[in-house]
Parts: sequence; structure tokens; C-alpha cells
Amino acid sequence: MPSAFNSGDTAWVLASSAMVLLMTPALAFFYGGMVRAKSVLNMLMMNFIAIAVVTVAWVLYGWSVAFGNVGAGKGGGNGLWGGLHQWALHDIGMGFGTSPGGGAAGGGSLFGTTGVPTIAVVCFQLMFAIITPALISGAIADRTKFVGWTVYVAAWVTIVYFPVAHWVFSPNGFIFWKLHVMDFAGGTAVEINSGAAGLAMALVLGKRIGYRRDPMRPHNVPLVMLGAGLLWFGWFGFNAGSALAANGQASMVFVNTQIAGCTAMVGWLIAEKIQHGTFTSLGAASGAIAGLVAITGSCASVSPLGALFVGLIAGFVCCYAVNLKHRFGFDDSLDVVGVHLVGGIVGVLLIGLFATKEMAGGFINGARAGLFYGGGFTQLGRQAEGAGIVFLYSFVLSLLLGFAVHKTIGLRISAEAEVEGIDGAEHSETAYDWGRLAGSLRTALTDHDEHAAKQPVQGGESVST
Amino acid sequence: MKLITAVIKPFKLDEVKNALRSFGVHGITITEVSGSGRQRGHTEVYRGAEYTVDLVPKVRIEVLCEDEDTDDLVNVIVKAATTGKIGDGKVWVTPVEDVVRVRTGEHGGSAL
Repeated sequence: MPSAFNSGDTAWVLASSAMVLLMTPALAFFYGGMVRAKSVLNMLMMNFIAIAVVTVAWVLYGWSVAFGNVGAGKGGGNGLWGGLHQWALHDIGMGFGTSPGGGAAGGGSLFGTTGVPTIAVVCFQLMFAIITPALISGAIADRTKFVGWTVYVAAWVTIVYFPVAHWVFSPNGFIFWKLHVMDFAGGTAVEINSGAAGLAMALVLGKRIGYRRDPMRPHNVPLVMLGAGLLWFGWFGFNAGSALAANGQASMVFVNTQIAGCTAMVGWLIAEKIQHGTFTSLGAASGAIAGLVAITGSCASVSPLGALFVGLIAGFVCCYAVNLKHRFGFDDSLDVVGVHLVGGIVGVLLIGLFATKEMAGGFINGARAGLFYGGGFTQLGRQAEGAGIVFLYSFVLSLLLGFAVHKTIGLRISAEAEVEGIDGAEHSETAYDWGRLAGSLRTALTDHDEHAAKQPVQGGESVST
Repeated sequence: MKLITAVIKPFKLDEVKNALRSFGVHGITITEVSGSGRQRGHTEVYRGAEYTVDLVPKVRIEVLCEDEDTDDLVNVIVKAATTGKIGDGKVWVTPVEDVVRVRTGEHGGSAL
């Protein structure tokens, strides 16, 4: 147990937390640019409300469920959830301790090695809990009731994200500890988890009106690229911050993150050129995100050479994967499945091929090198097992939860509201004032009417002024 | 009096405007429009979803003139707007019963 704060590590974790929070508004704009002009505010709101709802749930019980029994030591606890004894961040204080009555004097530091106060890690992990359900919103754009979505997010993090975060991230979670699955920053817990839920929700809600008949082209591609750029920036906090220290591992992870984003962009653009004969901006943005998704789980277990391949493969595969929805006939509006689920699976599985002994050995007790680095198929099998468990758990529970909310509160807006625009129907707002003339004309007419109504009437005629 | 309406390629607007000015025309109205004629649209690709944009952007020019200037003005517009390629646009003439200048209340030819 560290005897003093490590101010450098603490500063990095807090800065990373802020960077990861930025990813959710960035995601809102990444998605927001891809929807039609009549739906952009709802897209932004679905993400923003996740910040509010998840923060409250996290403070009340989320942290406790996900990381509550870390103090029990590695391999301790039941491996499934952290309990409720740290509800409302009870007794965490400002020290390192993680067990009840802990504080700085409590037993066991978080993850054993860090000089970072527990409350900083609470903050860092909160941002992961926020963006994971926010990712789902891309699958159900244009047609989801705001209240239904809000309730769904609160319920989803409670029964899906918090337990899965425990399994994957907590030192005594069963996927981490018993199955020896390597997932540094959330290839399973964040990417596969949200991708599977996105697929489930696209199935619950059904297709948008006019899907594959009416054009639904992105209304603002520059907004998509701006969102992607900000996501990329935040991803350094997401991945390199997961080292929970400002050290060599964080630096290596940082570099791997950058590499994979770049090769994936190239991979996607090559695939796009082959398929459609063109290099698109949306493809460049999507490719970079696909690579960052894939490297999320693998950033601490592959070498820079491995990261080059992880990104390139993910970019190429995800470009083809976004066509899955057309082949299988579900309407995943903004390709959460093609980018996050498939990208997440690719990244998590490639650990089984590209994990190096040096990187893997330094991270998890019992982890093996990948197939290409002399570790055989063992780690590939473990990775597949971890990915499969998270996919199945998330998909099944997300589906059940989706139906439950759909049948009670309601999850889909009326056909009329959907055609006229969800922004007006759900939020009484529109994003853009299109008419330079129309705006002033409307004002002029309204003023005129009000003016006329106030005039005293003489001889049946209003007095003109 | 006549109303000359021309739908042309947007990049030809400046040339047509200058030609009309040189001819002595002061009043013109310009509108951004989209439409389709024999010129085919183009295809846009978003994550593999291809959208055929069959309405292409055009500019509509409207000019009011005296009957005797009509042919000359049409020729001026046609000459300035021509590229020789498909999609150059169309010009048509419609009769106008009366014109009023809002500021002064003048009618007819003196209102042009």
C-alpha cells in the first residue's frame, strides 16, 4: 500500500477523466451530424441525458456494484458484483482505501499498486459508465421516446454495465481474474457491451419509417468529423488513463492508440475505394473510430507493430461490417453494430494473436502471449470466451429490458412525430433556422396581427397607422 | 412587356449578369433553385449507402423588359450562359400585363 499520494499519477487520472467525459458530447456530435436535420437535437440530448442519469446512478450504487469489494483482494469476493456497501460513495473519503471504513487508513489500495486516491478512480470510471450507454443511442436514432430512453439508460447501466464492469475491470471480477481475459480499457465492457445492446435495441424498436426507401443521408458531415476528432482526443484519456499512472505503460498505450486510429482510417478508406470507388470523409472519420474501438481492449497487450495491424484489420473489417444491417435487415441507424460491436470483437480477438510476452506479462497475472508471439491458441480462446460472455449477457438482457420499457413507458414515438421530426415532437425545438427570409417574414406577420388586434375599431374598420 | 426567365448553370451567373448590365439592364432577380432536365444527377456515398441526387443546383434569373428588347435580351442571356455541354439550362418568355414601381406608383414601361 502506497504511503503517499503520487501527485503525477493523480493528475493524469483526473485529466484523463475530463478527457473521457468530453467523449460523450463528442459522440453526440459524431452521431448528431449523421442524422437528418430534423433529429439532431434529440441525438445530442440522448447523449447529454446519459451524463446526468449515469452520474447519479454511479454515485448512488454504481461504483459500489462495479468496484465495491476491491479491498477484498485479488480473486476475492464472488467475482460477479461488488455489493452495495459503498453506496453513495459511502466512506471512500479522500484516501486510498477501498473497503468500508477505509479512507486513507483503510485496507488495501485500489488495484494494489497505485498512489492515486480512490475518489479519482471513481471519477475516471464514472466517465466510462457514461459513454457506454450513450454509444447505444446511435442504433436507435430518429425514433426513440426521450423518457423511455432515459429510463432505459438508468436500468441498463444498473443491470448490464455495472456488473460487466466488475467482471472485466475489477481485480476480482471473474472475466479478469478467473478467465484471464485481457481487456485493458473496455474492448468487452464498453465496445462489445454497447454494440450488443445497440443491436438488441435496433431489433426492439424496429426500422425507421422510410428505411431504405427515403434518403437518410447525414445532414452535416463536418459535424461528424469534428465529433470524431474530439473522440480521438478523449480516447487518449480513455486508454492511456486506464494505466491509472503516468508511466511507461500509459505512454505505450498512448502510442498504440494513435497508431491504430491511423491505420484503421487507411484500412477503411482502402476498403471503401475497393467497394465504392471513392474515399469519403465519413469513411475517414468512421475508420479512425473503428481503429480506436479495436485498440481499446488491446492497447496494453500489443506492440506498436501489433497496433499497426490491429488498426488496419479493424478499419478494413468494419467498413465491410456496416453492410451487415442491409444483409440481415435490421435498422442500426448509425452503425453501432458495424463499428463498435464488430470493432470491439476484432480488437479483443486480435489480442489472442498479437499480444506480446513483454506487454501481456506486465499486465495480468496468468496472461499468455498471442499466437504470433509463441503463446499458442490459449489466449485466443480466452479472449473469445470473454467476448462471447459479454456479448450474450448484454444482448439478452438489453433485449429483455428494451421490451420491458417498450411495453410499459413506451420507446417509440408516433409515426406522425417521426415523419415531422423528433426534435419538434420530443423537445419543442428545431436545430436550425433555415429561412433567412422566412424568419423575418413570420415575425413581421405576427407583429402585424398583434398590432391589428390591439387597434380600436371604428365603423367596422380598423384604424391604420 | 415581357418577363424573361432563365434557368442556368450557377457558375455562369456572373457572365450573364455582366452581359445584361452591359446591355443596359438594371433590374434582375436571382433565385437559387434545383431541378432536373436532360442533365443527369450525381451519386453520393455515405458508409456505402449510395444516394442519387437527381435534382441539380441551378440559378433562375428573371428580367422584365419592353417587347422590342425581348429577342436581344434572350440572345444576350443564351450567349453568356452557353458552355455547349448538357445541362446549360433554358430561357423562356412570358407576357406581362402591367408593372408597378412600388416606390413611386408608376405603371407600365416607365416602371421598368
